[in-house]
Amino acid sequence: MGVTTPAGAATAAPAGSAPGGLWSRISAVLWRRPWTRATLLLTPPLAWFVLIYIASLVVLLVTAFWTTNPFTTNIEQTWTLSNFAQILGTPAYRTIILRTVGMAAGVTVVDAIIAIPFAYYMARIARPRTRTLLFVCVLLPLWASYLAKVYAWLLIFTHDGVLNWALGKVGIGSLNLIYTNSAVFIVFCYIWLPYMIIPVYAALERIPGSQIEASQDLGGRTLRTMWSVILPLALPGIVAGSIFTFSLTLGDYITPILVGGGSSVLIGNVIDSNIGIANNLPLAAAMAMVPIAIMACYLLAARALGAFREI
Amino acid sequence: MYNLIRIRWRAAAAVSLAGALALVAGCSSSGTTSASNGSTSGGATAGLTVPTANLPVLQKIGKGEGQLNLIAWAGYLQPQWVKPFQQQTGCIIHATYPNTSDEFVTLMKNGGGGQWDMASSSGDADLRIIYAGDAHPVNIKLIPSWDQFFPAFKSPPFNTVNGVHYGVSLQWGPNVLMYSKKAFTTPPTSWDVVFSKNYSGKISIYDGPIYIADAALYLKAHDPSLGITDPYELTQPQFQAAVNLLKTQHPLVKQYWSSASAQISAFANGDVTVGTSWPYQVSTLTAQHFPIGAVIPKEGATGWADTWMLAAKAPHPNCAYMWMRYISTPKVQAEQAVSYGETPDNMLACGYMDQIAKGSCDQYHANAPSAYFNTIALWKTPVATCDNGKQDCVPYVDWVAAWNTQIK
Amino acid sequence: MESPGLRTALRIWVAVVLLLLFAPIVLIIVYAFGPSVVQTWPLRGFTWHWFAVAWHDQAVRQAFLLSVKVGVLAAIIAVVLGSAVSYALHNFRFFGREGVSFLLVLPIALPGVITGVALNNFFGFTNITLGVLTIVIGHATFCIVIVYNNLIARLRRTPRSLGEASADLGARGWQTQLYIMFPQVATALVSGALLAFALSFDEVIVTVFTAGANFTLPLWIFGQLRLGQQLPEVNAVVTIVILLTLIPVLLAARIAGAGAVSPTARAAAVEDTGRL
Repeated sequence: MGVTTPAGAATAAPAGSAPGGLWSRISAVLWRRPWTRATLLLTPPLAWFVLIYIASLVVLLVTAFWTTNPFTTNIEQTWTLSNFAQILGTPAYRTIILRTVGMAAGVTVVDAIIAIPFAYYMARIARPRTRTLLFVCVLLPLWASYLAKVYAWLLIFTHDGVLNWALGKVGIGSLNLIYTNSAVFIVFCYIWLPYMIIPVYAALERIPGSQIEASQDLGGRTLRTMWSVILPLALPGIVAGSIFTFSLTLGDYITPILVGGGSSVLIGNVIDSNIGIANNLPLAAAMAMVPIAIMACYLLAARALGAFREI
Repeated sequence: MYNLIRIRWRAAAAVSLAGALALVAGCSSSGTTSASNGSTSGGATAGLTVPTANLPVLQKIGKGEGQLNLIAWAGYLQPQWVKPFQQQTGCIIHATYPNTSDEFVTLMKNGGGGQWDMASSSGDADLRIIYAGDAHPVNIKLIPSWDQFFPAFKSPPFNTVNGVHYGVSLQWGPNVLMYSKKAFTTPPTSWDVVFSKNYSGKISIYDGPIYIADAALYLKAHDPSLGITDPYELTQPQFQAAVNLLKTQHPLVKQYWSSASAQISAFANGDVTVGTSWPYQVSTLTAQHFPIGAVIPKEGATGWADTWMLAAKAPHPNCAYMWMRYISTPKVQAEQAVSYGETPDNMLACGYMDQIAKGSCDQYHANAPSAYFNTIALWKTPVATCDNGKQDCVPYVDWVAAWNTQIK
Repeated sequence: MESPGLRTALRIWVAVVLLLLFAPIVLIIVYAFGPSVVQTWPLRGFTWHWFAVAWHDQAVRQAFLLSVKVGVLAAIIAVVLGSAVSYALHNFRFFGREGVSFLLVLPIALPGVITGVALNNFFGFTNITLGVLTIVIGHATFCIVIVYNNLIARLRRTPRSLGEASADLGARGWQTQLYIMFPQVATALVSGALLAFALSFDEVIVTVFTAGANFTLPLWIFGQLRLGQQLPEVNAVVTIVILLTLIPVLLAARIAGAGAVSPTARAAAVEDTGRL
């Protein structure tokens, strides 16, 4: 046999393939009945998702329609829309929702701007060894504890911290960044950056060289090629990365607590404080519906932009 | 002196207990007074009874289970007294450190209970825990040091209902005004400073709805026309005045501290120079030689009285009792009092305190003069029924709503 | 294609981003050597004390071991379920196919606090005690999609002709899978599993709600940050973890790097010329 498969010289009959062996019989059945295969493959993961994850989300939705006893905070199963009315009706909660969405959008844009040139260099200019090294460098911060990183930023921004010390040495004077929304914004941009770089890199790296050559053949200069050919092809990756940055910002409550100020209350904080502090699960559940609704819309938009075609 | 304390204590505590009971009894609009003693009079709603009141108590402390899961305030589980306990009993302590009493209530209830053994909750959480059915009756005879407690803390109404103990009293203390000596050459004398534009952007405030009581306490002294007597029992106009005061304070506040550690860091790094605090932060910062001081201003202060509550489904009851026994002894009470900066409930701790740090017995009022007592308004859950039996006091759920939507 | 000027500009950009990316990490390591529990700048001294404390701390060891245990279990479940669903979605067309892939993305698309709160509530409802099982369930749920993503990307890149050629040569179904397809996707599985482990190891928000009284390493760190009694010990622990994970990450990049990180030029060429 002159044809070698890419997997190597596995052309000799492998052991255990005697006709009539149990494995052979099972695999024959499965080959003849593809739908048995499909069902076998799909049932465990789908069962997991539907019976655990979706079920818990549904139970949460139901809880949003209940109330709590004001003294003991035990849940009382009286049906009411008051929680939703409270979330959408109170100006403070509306402000919190807008602030969170605004911050999530801002973080997404900034991270995209930072990530695209970085990923472009990684994907199309760097040599393979450098590329692997850069990939490791981007992944490594993910292994340092999220909490430790946020706390490090607290120590950087604090009044007598590293940043003001460095600025003082250069003669610029001090910044009052700690316990402000700006601090929360900067920390978010930092923490989620690897999550944006990786999908953008994957998308850029997948662009075949031939398409770029074709663009150049047609007379496109570098910037034109980038704008008209590369960016649209990279868009699914950017959108995929933005799902991460957007949703991670939408639900985070730890960073605002650690480095934020009095007006850095985000949706995640409201949910968390109603669970862990006020023990008002119905109100927290009602608030939780807001990010779910927002992300559902976002995911649908992302799908339309092609993010799920090839992540 | 102790009789005075007992009388004032019983009065204050009886009010809060009656308030709690009358809350649901009052739902039936019968307007009961504080004469009720545990059963409610009439009314369509179910009476406010303790679901776990009839659980059998432990008769004898058995072998330790090797682990103890505690919910504690930061500073209550220092290695100084935890290590000897672990060595003596083999009960290894796992702990979590929430920041507000509300978190204590939630943790005790979370997942249906059965996660944590005990919680060192304050007076404003204890009754909520008890009436939610998350506390287990305690056999106080198994804790010999209990006999040495100040009478007011032996069976205070916030942890003892109908003669049934649900925990053992621990210690109590104030919320102090902490300041940086670099910013204040002479110690401040009034809570003015945390409401003042002079310190705008340098103020650190407790992040919890119960802080509204501090604003009410301030207004009690500075705006007598409001007629505030008890900062936890506020009519709607009194409540709104306190909330408005805090709304004007909001732009001046640099930090609403979400944990003791956060406030320590802020003071140490110069982000803030004045604020409300616990003695724990004061002692931690002064131990690290930061120029920090603390006072109880002339308007008085709010404070808290803590109890080690036993959880209804405690997974390690023997270790829990061993801990209750241990933490109530005079020497350990003294160690904790001096380390944290609070007042022990064990009368015999005073002598030990002076051995550890000279003068600490007086400093932390372990010999409990009643004058000091009167200046501290201990945390208790605001309920709808006021002192005078009227129903127009603002309940805690509204405090939470106001804190989250109006103030912050 | 790019001009030298553009290349230099991009190089500078990459260098600056890397600097900013690693500055806080370096700071974490630096503060691990500070003597004071109250962390200020500049450091008041230099000491190895906190590393010793971290090394001997029983609570840290227990938390670390629990995190590893949970991570491994979650990664295993994620690999099994993730590969099952990847194969199903890649090889079969059925009604609701897009819906399934949408469903899979939900756990990481929705904020972690919602997953945590929902699971916490659900476990309370169904009377499942919070413990290691619930932590693993929470982690595995969002780890599945990580493995799925990696695997389906690789499956899409693997030419169908390989399987067909193998069948032409007389291999049975399972033989094709084991000897031909599996080596193609192995590196994707490994990198997916590693990424899933990494995410589980550092997960804090969902874990807060599903752990009960158990402490994974992030929960231990969270508690220590709130307590503020031994902050440099946290830095020491994080430093040790970074060093410990540096080795497997480098190793994985070596093995899987050529395969999973950047598919070989050959595979890209296959795509270029269309289907084989």
